[in-house]
Amino acid sequence: MGQYYLSHLKELEAEAIFIIREVVSQFERPALLFSGGKDSILLAHLAKKAFYPAKIPFPLIHIDTGHNFPETLEFRDALVEELGVQLVVGSVQESIDKGRVREETGVNASRNALQTVTLLDTLEDLKIDAAMGGARRDEEKARAKERFFSHRDEFGQWDPKNQRPELWNLFNGRKHHGEHFRIFPISNWTEMDVWQYIKEENIALPSLYFSHERECIVRDEVILAKSEFLPLKEGEEIQKLIVRYRTCGDMPITGAVLSNADTLELIIEEVATTRTTERGTRADDKRGETAMEDRKKAGYF
Amino acid sequence: MSIQENNQLLRFTTAGSVDDGKSTLIGRLLYDSKSIFEDQIEAVKTSSEKKGFDYVDLSLLTDGLKSEREQGITIDVAYRYFATPKRKFIIADTPGHTQYTRNMVTGASTANLAIILVDARKGLLEQTYRHSFIASLLKIPHVVVCVNKMDLVDYSEEVYNQIVADYEAFSSKLDIKDVQFVPISALKGDNVVDRSENMDWYEGSTLLYHLEHVHIASDFNHIDCRLPVQMVIRPHTLEFQDFRGYAGRIDGGIFKPGDEVKILPSGFTSKVKTIELNGEQIAEAYAPMSVTMTLEDEIDISRGDMIVRPNNQPKSEQDLEVMVCWMNQKSLQNRTKLIVKHTTKECQAMVKDIQYKVDVNTLHRIEDIQEIGMNDIARVSIRTASPIFFDSYSKNRQTGSIILIDPNTNETVGAGMII
Repeated sequence: MGQYYLSHLKELEAEAIFIIREVVSQFERPALLFSGGKDSILLAHLAKKAFYPAKIPFPLIHIDTGHNFPETLEFRDALVEELGVQLVVGSVQESIDKGRVREETGVNASRNALQTVTLLDTLEDLKIDAAMGGARRDEEKARAKERFFSHRDEFGQWDPKNQRPELWNLFNGRKHHGEHFRIFPISNWTEMDVWQYIKEENIALPSLYFSHERECIVRDEVILAKSEFLPLKEGEEIQKLIVRYRTCGDMPITGAVLSNADTLELIIEEVATTRTTERGTRADDKRGETAMEDRKKAGYF
Repeated sequence: MSIQENNQLLRFTTAGSVDDGKSTLIGRLLYDSKSIFEDQIEAVKTSSEKKGFDYVDLSLLTDGLKSEREQGITIDVAYRYFATPKRKFIIADTPGHTQYTRNMVTGASTANLAIILVDARKGLLEQTYRHSFIASLLKIPHVVVCVNKMDLVDYSEEVYNQIVADYEAFSSKLDIKDVQFVPISALKGDNVVDRSENMDWYEGSTLLYHLEHVHIASDFNHIDCRLPVQMVIRPHTLEFQDFRGYAGRIDGGIFKPGDEVKILPSGFTSKVKTIELNGEQIAEAYAPMSVTMTLEDEIDISRGDMIVRPNNQPKSEQDLEVMVCWMNQKSLQNRTKLIVKHTTKECQAMVKDIQYKVDVNTLHRIEDIQEIGMNDIARVSIRTASPIFFDSYSKNRQTGSIILIDPNTNETVGAGMII
């Protein structure tokens, strides 16, 4: 007689696939929010497994801030091609041009907060009623209480005090007209789980995640990539550093870490011994202790 | 810290109130297993200083939302993660006060194990009874009673033994199969991760050792084959023109290719042709795997149907006897109309009778009641518009559970365990 239990990675996989299939069964127009980061790449991989040999039955939506790493965009296009899935790009630049949002100014200007408007507009245009994302509960404390099926009102807002209880494997996706859901199939995964699974499944990732040499600016102890979107402050200089990225956000706000880890094995070793959270490298979370909670209530990812 | 890739996953709940050291215990487990990061510790230190505390308040780590931190209470279930070289753990951290029974039930619904904290100075309290009753009602397979603050009773064996004896006397009235006791001091670290040097008389394992080794492989039902169909996969491509796969998560038993199966409700029988995921063949499929099954015969099957073995079928009925935990401000009354969600099936239902309510502190039954309110637990008779295929909750936590939805607001208003 065999051992009838799953490894933790297989159990997390089974859970995520169950959720993705529930989304397709319970909603009319689901979509997957694709950032180009490892978590959304993982999500696309799980979606492929969930429906094989059929194709992924929903589009990927990418909110393009115009400040992406070029590596992210290249990778995105290749993946979409390989999966044979539809890609919809929502452009923050277009939202700015249409006057839907106003660009922040100053040296720390970022388009991070502007994405929310573009995202909500794109979801509305496509009449998306369930937007899946790769957020995980271990990332940030406001996310520790997020549901798998997270209800949003007709303004796209999250009300943390009025969340639906989630019991067993029974997910309630019922909603009124105009409301939608955000769905987080990999809620229970940690950064370590993601890396171990990527290694186990041999999932391809953008080169950013692996150690490489890059021209950088060190600002407030955060290592930022040199780019046309990041004006230099007085006294700042460009340095060549050996770095890699733990998350993949916009170029001007995503911090790199000094690292020689250029293989998945080395990255896993690094993650196992690292002493700061992934989002510790994100300038957008350093705007205040409740920065994430405030953005989530407004409809952020 | 080296993490194996084939570790098992253990989900546990912690129940306790503000001052019995629950947050300290979780902080201790996270801290001693090196799952707290420097930037998290820094944030907590800064907040503690701002509030004028002269110690680092580890509860700030687990109290997530702004509104909670302002009020200084935990209002919802928060999930925490840590891993040791032996296992990966998910903690459903729930608040202990009466009005949040619904959160405890939510956290308990997916747990393999419950940690119940008892203050060594106070012994068993109302909340101990409440937590234990919920653990028993939700059929959490394993319970660990941590007698905490042993440092404040001089690590006394007598105090500990008395609490164990009291608990055993009380829990004999409950349906809890596996209860372990550990004397600890979460604050000082005794018997949490490291063995205590202050309690030579205790010969059992530390809390973490127990969490790492408790046998959980049998927590799922591996006897009664149940596959509720989530969706039908039809590729519509030339290569897979005739492919018709039934996608779902196995809720019980062990399915193998060649097995004879019966489809409910149609009653048609067939044989399992393949069980696969992503094109990879699976020789034996069991809970909680997500799979795609194909059958030898072409049968009309859709979401909400259930694939079972012909000689082992679930009950199929429209009248259900259910223990309900009510979770909404609006009360539940006779003839209240609801939507029942069970496995992958949804149907309309109506409350036929509220038989009694349980006082969760004394376990007494309160009869002759007209309605039940938020956080009440009651035995209710429910009639569904069409038959559902279920096992009793004590046999299978997946096929024996339902949620109740208000058809007007769409909110989840209740959780039910079928008797």
